[in-house]
Parts: sequence; C-alpha cells; structure tokens
Amino acid sequence: MARYIGKRLIYMFITLALIATFTFFLMKILPGSPIASADKLSPEQRAVVEARYGLDQPLPVQYFDYMFGLLQGDLGISINQFKGADVTDVILSRMGPSAQIGFQGMLLGTVLGILFGMVAALRQNTWVDYGSTIVAIIGISIPSFVFASMLQYWLGLKWDLFPVALWKDGFMSSVLPSIALAMFPLATAARFIRTEMIEVLGSDYITLAKAKGASGSEIAFKHAFRNALIPLITVLGPMAVSILTGSLVVEQIFAIPGIGEQFVKSIMVSDFSIIMGTTIFFSVFLIVIILVVDILYGVIDPRIRLSGGKN
Amino acid sequence: MEKILQVKDLELSFNTYGGEVKAIRGVNFDLYKGETLAIVGESGSGKSVTTKSIMRLLPEESAEFKNGEILFDGRDLTKLSDKEMQKIRGKDISMIFQDPMTSLNPTMPIGRQITEPILKHQKISKDEAKKVAIDLLRLVGMPKPELRMKQYPHQFSGGQRQRIVIAIALACNPQILIADEPTTALDVTIQAQILELMKDLQKKIDTSIIFITHDLGVVANVADRVAVMYGGKIVEIGTVDEIFYNPQHPYTWGLLSSMPSMDAEDAKLYAIPGTPPDLLDPPKGDAFALRSEYALKIDMEQQPPFFKISDTHMAATWLLHPEAPTVEPPEMVIERMKKFPGSRYYEGSAN
Repeated sequence: MARYIGKRLIYMFITLALIATFTFFLMKILPGSPIASADKLSPEQRAVVEARYGLDQPLPVQYFDYMFGLLQGDLGISINQFKGADVTDVILSRMGPSAQIGFQGMLLGTVLGILFGMVAALRQNTWVDYGSTIVAIIGISIPSFVFASMLQYWLGLKWDLFPVALWKDGFMSSVLPSIALAMFPLATAARFIRTEMIEVLGSDYITLAKAKGASGSEIAFKHAFRNALIPLITVLGPMAVSILTGSLVVEQIFAIPGIGEQFVKSIMVSDFSIIMGTTIFFSVFLIVIILVVDILYGVIDPRIRLSGGKN
Repeated sequence: MEKILQVKDLELSFNTYGGEVKAIRGVNFDLYKGETLAIVGESGSGKSVTTKSIMRLLPEESAEFKNGEILFDGRDLTKLSDKEMQKIRGKDISMIFQDPMTSLNPTMPIGRQITEPILKHQKISKDEAKKVAIDLLRLVGMPKPELRMKQYPHQFSGGQRQRIVIAIALACNPQILIADEPTTALDVTIQAQILELMKDLQKKIDTSIIFITHDLGVVANVADRVAVMYGGKIVEIGTVDEIFYNPQHPYTWGLLSSMPSMDAEDAKLYAIPGTPPDLLDPPKGDAFALRSEYALKIDMEQQPPFFKISDTHMAATWLLHPEAPTVEPPEMVIERMKKFPGSRYYEGSAN
C-alpha cells in the first residue's frame, strides 16, 4: 500500500509538471497582455513594468524561473487583478467560501441522494420510487442558475428564511448556495445508487443472506449498500473537485467572493500568474481526489488490490 | 420414521405480465428425519421453486401460494409472517446454492459471513461465535481456518467457497438442509469432494437433506429417496433403488435412458423429444403425454392419479391403471429392471 501511494505520488508530480508547462506556454501563445491598457504606455514605461514582473526575460528563462518558484511553493504575484498580491494568498482567501458551500453542497447532495436511491431501490416500482426518479430528473435537467433563482425567490425573498445573496452572515449565507449546488450530486447519487442497489439486491449473495435469516434492513445495509457504493465513488470524485473548486454560476448569482468567480475574471484581464496559480491549484486538487478515490476503492472493494506493480 | 417436513397439495403461481405461470401444480411429499431426498427433473420442472417456496425465498410480489400447506414443526410455513420466517431461515432450515462464485458477499470477510447466522439465531458472544465459525471451517475441511477467517471470498477457489457456503448453512445445526444443485457449477473432481463432504457431515450432525439436481449420477451417490418432477408436479417418487431399477413413469424412463452409460460405447445418447410444457397454459392431461411414445388416449384428457407400487414407491401414470395395456419400457430400462426383485422382468440376483 505504501509503495503504491509512493508510486502514485511520483506520477502526480510528473503530471503536475506537465500541466504547469502546458499552461505556461499556452498562455504565452495567447494574444493579450496582462499589463493593463498596454497600448497607451510608452515603450519605456512598458519596459519598466515588464521588467518588474520579469516579462522582459527570454521565454525559457521565464519558464524555468516559474517552475523553480513552483518547486518552492511560490506561485508568483498577481500582475493586475490584485496588483502585487501573492497568488497563494489570493487563492486561499478566495477558496474559503467556495470550499464551504462546495463541501456543504456535496455532503447534503450525496447523503440525500444515497438515501433517495436506497429507498427507491427497496421500494421499487412504488410511488416512492417514481417520486425519487422525478427528483433525480429535475436535479439533472434544471440548470443550477434556474434553481438558484428559485431558491432566492422563495426561501430568500418570499419567506425570508435565508439571505438572498452576499457573503455576510456566515453559515446563513451559505445555505442557499449549498442547496443549489447539492442538486446535481443528489440527482446523480440517487440514480447511481438506485440502479446499483437493484442489481445487487438481485444477486445470489443477497438470497444467501436472506436464507441465513437476515432481515430486510440487515440485507440492505450490511450486505447490499457497500457493494452498491463502488460505481458511485467513480463519479463523485471528479464531481467533488468541480463543486469544491467553485461553481462559477452559483457564485455569481449569490455574489459570493469565491474562487470560480475570481478565476474567470483573471482570464478576462490576462493575469498570467493568477491563471497559472489557479490552474495548478485545481490540478493538485483533482489529482489528490483521484488518488483518494482509488484508495477508497480498495477500502470498499477488497477485490481491488492496490500494489506497486512489478513492471 | 419421523416426518420432519410435509408438503401437501402445494400449488404456487407466478403472476407475470404474460399471465399466471403455474409453476407448482399440486406437489406432495414428506421428508423424514436424517434422510436425503433428491428432487430431479429438467430445467423448469419446478424443483428449485418448490424448495425456494419452503424457504419462502421467492419474490413476494409475484409468487403466490394458491393452495396447500408446508408443515414444519407443527406450523404451516406458507402462512407465517416474514418475521417468523426469518427465525426459521438459517436456524431450522438452511440452504446451499448452485454457484459458489456468486453466493458469498464479495465485500465481507468470510468469518463475518459465517458468524452472521450464529449471532442472529443464538445468544452467544462475538468471540464464541468466532470459535464456532473456526470449528465449522475445520469441519468442512478448510486448512488453517484461523488465518482464513479474515479473508474475502475472492481469495478462495470455487470448491473452497462451496465449503464455506456449507459451513454457513450448517452454522446453527439445521434440521433441514436444502441443497439447490450444490455441485453443478463445480468441476467433476471437486464435485466428488463436495458430495463426500455432504454425506460425511450428514452422518455427523444428523440433518435431513433435500438435494436438488438434474444429475442422476449424483442422485445415485447421495440420495435415499428420489422424487422425479415434471411440469410442476412430482410424477414418481420412491427409494433410489426403486427409481433406478424399477421405474414406472415414462418420463423417468426417458431420464434414465438419456444418462450416458459406460457399457454402451457405440450407443447413441438418447434425448427426450420435444420441449417441456408451457406452464402459462398447462396441458389438461398428463403434462408429459405430448412427448411420450407411451401416451394413452386418457393421458390427453385427464391427469393421472398416483398409483402405489410399494409402500415407498408411487408413480402418476395411467399405464399403472389395471385396465391399461401393458407396454414394454425401453430396452435400457428393462435391463435395469432385470436386477430388481419384484419387477416383472426380474431374473434373479445379479451375482
């Protein structure tokens, strides 16, 4: 196991280096300059500003400078979006709200989704099942911004239960965006668990469990649940990344100063170091989640043995 | 001998989109203490459904008892609630399934799978249950049982897994063990081992076994009595010798004739012509009549009652009616009957 994780860490490092390299050169190819209103500056002024951010150096030098900084955990400084601020600080300060609503949304969505899926499978072809299927279809087909607006209107404006927008009231502010984000994982989890549970409940070992005298709930939770969980983990991992790292739309609607919102703005103003930093940050997150998912597989399903491999 | 289980006039149907499938159409048999009763028949004859209905393992929403009773311990199992059935399953009646590769939970260590019924039905601590489980594994011939308790099913071979399933079934010393084709999915050498194990265990713990199979070789090896099922009914029932050496029902003749024989190397293997009856619309008369060359006119009109051949031997065929014409069974069956005292072809002791 340790050997497996060690091997995966090396791969992660290589993957990250490749991502950093690609992003770096792609950005250099892109038209546009991070130096605001570059056209209005005189060549001398421009040279001064470029020198300040090291943009006057030849490309290979810039690249190795950046990669060397990256090795030490230095993501550079913001060029124009947050003039002079350290990119790591910018990302971390923006990450907080995104992570909070993302985590809450994920948790709410997955737990409810698993519950809906289980109930639907155990009460197959009854109104409970149909109801849960309808919720799942709604969750997948209604875009999050429609749902977010509905939440704002009903729960925020009409019933005045939660703040409509902004990030001012701590947890209360996070409720509506979390619910809005929860819909997609909820629908996905419900669908996956229902399908998988129905298949598992029809398998021979469930009949054997019944033949041992196990009750309905023992069969569902002790025998079927763990086996039904495996395919869900596959989709939940990457979904967790996209949700935890911020959903641009939801953050915009609720005016939350999150990382998704900031990432898009940085692209519009060509702030190279912020774009690079955020991309790398997202990549690390995704790669770590994928590793966690792979380890979880082994924990849940003993047939999947993790080993270092021999070739 | 003491009757431990009585199945009386059992009728069961499946409600499907296509209509009512009459899977069991009046089945009667008794199971005696300590005996092995084999139920044989081709696919769809109702042998698995009969035993699954004893355990009440059929899907409740589609399977429906139409008539009859299953008496066990003074109670009619068809009428018990699910809660009451849970107390019987795994404790008094337990079951071994066909495919050991799929009948163990892949994500649960086998130790826990064996202790589960013990903890469920007996008031003992987890540690004691573990000890019982280790003893059971040793009993079914698993080497180093202590080490293997924590392993998962994929770490065992097919034969070992069937041994584990047997250990689970025996965990609470059941009065009845139902084995639903327990050797069908195993290769021949392992089959022999598992059969030996089952015979051995039956002597040790004195349980009654209902053994479902379509392999007549296995029947000859393990059974005391045999029930031959066809089209949702028992057509002939008797001791092993009676069924193998003095069969009376044309279907039993067909079954025996389609067994490969060591003696007749050149002979073409016999196959019963036609297909099993459609139980959505079962035939009015004898279900086997359409495939039988011995069918009488009355076979098409009326279902034959059971005719008694001896105290232990009964067959449902009009051929046994006093007014029925005498027919010659297939040659291969006559050869067998020659060895059976009491049959009309008996030629004296084989020695």
